[in-house]
Amino acid sequence: MAICSYLPDLLCKFPAIDDTTIRMARKSVDDGFKALVREYVNIIDALVQPLQWFLNYLEKLFVSSPWIIILAVMVAIVYYGSRDMRITIGTIVSMLLIGFVGLWNDTMVTLAMVTVCTFIAIIVGLPIGILMARSERAQSIINPILDVMQTMPSFVYLIPVVMIFGIGKVPGLIAVVIYAVPPMIRLTNLGIRLVDKEVLEAADAFGSSPWQRLKNVQMPLALPTIMAGINQTIMMSLAMVVVASMVGVGGLGRNVLQAINNQFFTVGFFNGFALVAIAIIFDRTSQAYGKRLQKHSEVIHG
Amino acid sequence: MASHAIEVKNLYKIFGPRGRDFVDQVKAGLGKTELNEKHGHVLGLQDINISMPAGGVMVVMGLSGSGKSTLIRHINRLIDPTAGEVLYDGVDVCKMNENDLREFRRHKTAMVFQKFALLPHRTIIENTVYGLEIQGVPMEESRKRAQGWIERVGLKGFENHYPNQLSGGMQQRVGLARALTNDADILLMDEAYSALDPLIRVDMQTVLLDLQKELKKTVVFITHDLDEALRLGDKIAILRDGKVIQQGTGQEIVLKPADEYITAFVKEVNRGRVINVETIMKPLSGNPEGVPVTVGTVLESAARLMTLANQTIAHVVDANGRPVGSLDLRTLISAMVTPIGHELQAA
Repeated sequence: MAICSYLPDLLCKFPAIDDTTIRMARKSVDDGFKALVREYVNIIDALVQPLQWFLNYLEKLFVSSPWIIILAVMVAIVYYGSRDMRITIGTIVSMLLIGFVGLWNDTMVTLAMVTVCTFIAIIVGLPIGILMARSERAQSIINPILDVMQTMPSFVYLIPVVMIFGIGKVPGLIAVVIYAVPPMIRLTNLGIRLVDKEVLEAADAFGSSPWQRLKNVQMPLALPTIMAGINQTIMMSLAMVVVASMVGVGGLGRNVLQAINNQFFTVGFFNGFALVAIAIIFDRTSQAYGKRLQKHSEVIHG
Repeated sequence: MASHAIEVKNLYKIFGPRGRDFVDQVKAGLGKTELNEKHGHVLGLQDINISMPAGGVMVVMGLSGSGKSTLIRHINRLIDPTAGEVLYDGVDVCKMNENDLREFRRHKTAMVFQKFALLPHRTIIENTVYGLEIQGVPMEESRKRAQGWIERVGLKGFENHYPNQLSGGMQQRVGLARALTNDADILLMDEAYSALDPLIRVDMQTVLLDLQKELKKTVVFITHDLDEALRLGDKIAILRDGKVIQQGTGQEIVLKPADEYITAFVKEVNRGRVINVETIMKPLSGNPEGVPVTVGTVLESAARLMTLANQTIAHVVDANGRPVGSLDLRTLISAMVTPIGHELQAA
């Protein structure tokens, strides 16, 4: 570097902290974290135990039920959700294809996982979204956290999750929820904030309490947006179950992981398409349902 | 249930984070533009003193930006005042705590909005019961009461439609039914008819007047339309830049406009339909002559009576048929046309 001969050393070579210090800092943070986890391992285990039970129960239910019953229930849900024959037939065809290529059980495991994740994401996301909509301060605190959650590469936060919870389904579940909950929170917040000010004023003028306002006006009017949030959450959990298979989540994701490791081109694509099929079924059904919720907004005349 | 009057006393509203700090300066004469330019605060209302008649229709009139919608929102405190009082039945609405205010809004007031503000996801009947539902009235009873009002406003058969399926005029009927179902003493109507087209507006005015004859609620009606104000108002207050520039009956405002601004408004009014015969009649001299005209008849109707009877003279009689004054066609016509002075002033 010719230019460096004219510049002071400090401006030429970046004054990084020296390796020893960095190593020390790293070690103390890691050790401190590990010690903390070791200290509270029992409490953490007890806290996540219900999740484990719930997940195991649902997985067992899905896997051990005869396929024909699962298919019938699925078709019923899809039909009553969407009231659309095309989506229903599409569901039957794609589930049968999944069965023919021998991925039925893995698909059930993934389905159980996604169901639990979506459920938890809604339970966690809805109240946070409501809180955000009610308070500017909460919004300004939570928004950057959501930004971090959404941009941080998912592999990175798998590390602390594994350190805290170990390897297994529950850490996978938690990683998926962290990844999938932001759209739920954001769209709940957005939906409530977009509620017509005039209608809110009317609710106030009639003497609504804050809870009545939320229950009668804000939630119902925000519901289409919230449904879009749930839809996004489902899509993101489906995408994340593949990554979560690295920490021990079974199902289609693990097959994909094995296919990557062994260069099983066909297996990879079969599993990939199975995920796509489930994603499309969930997406179309929940969107059609969301649209039906807005039936009242059809204008007939006037 | 007897309605009470609403007293608005020394009400000030200054929009902005430090509104309270400027009240004294505004009282001392700081103007609206000055306040905005120097301090970045907006003067919404200043020194409002209105006594709204119990069981009557109080119309607050003004153009956009005059503060009329701000004023009506002080009565149920959707907006908090910067200074002043709003008294209803001896209680200052502005000093109520959260619970009292909620109870006051639930039981004493009902409001109709310019853009209807119906709940789009609820059917007409579900919208109409809203006030009662909030109060915790059992569903069956509130539906029964709501049904009655839906029929009164002419929406029978639409109970299970959604608001979006109705035209603007019909939606506002729902708004009115929702407010009436609440069975409150005070009916607040914030430009309730401004979004409706002229024919439907007149129609809705008639609905309100008919209902008011039997309900005798204390109605506060906001409008930017002087014809509407004159038709509905037992008393009218005209607002400009957050100040009341004149208040009184329609007759007083049309006959004695307080300044040029009001004169310009009044110029366009059909005086024949506003002014009553007793306002222009002369004292009775001698025997009553010509056709009898009852007190409270507007000039236009009196002229019609006289023309039909082919007479140029009439006498005014009170409700018991006793003659109280006399009238001739010339005075009648000169009172019906806009005075020259008004034309010149307005031009």
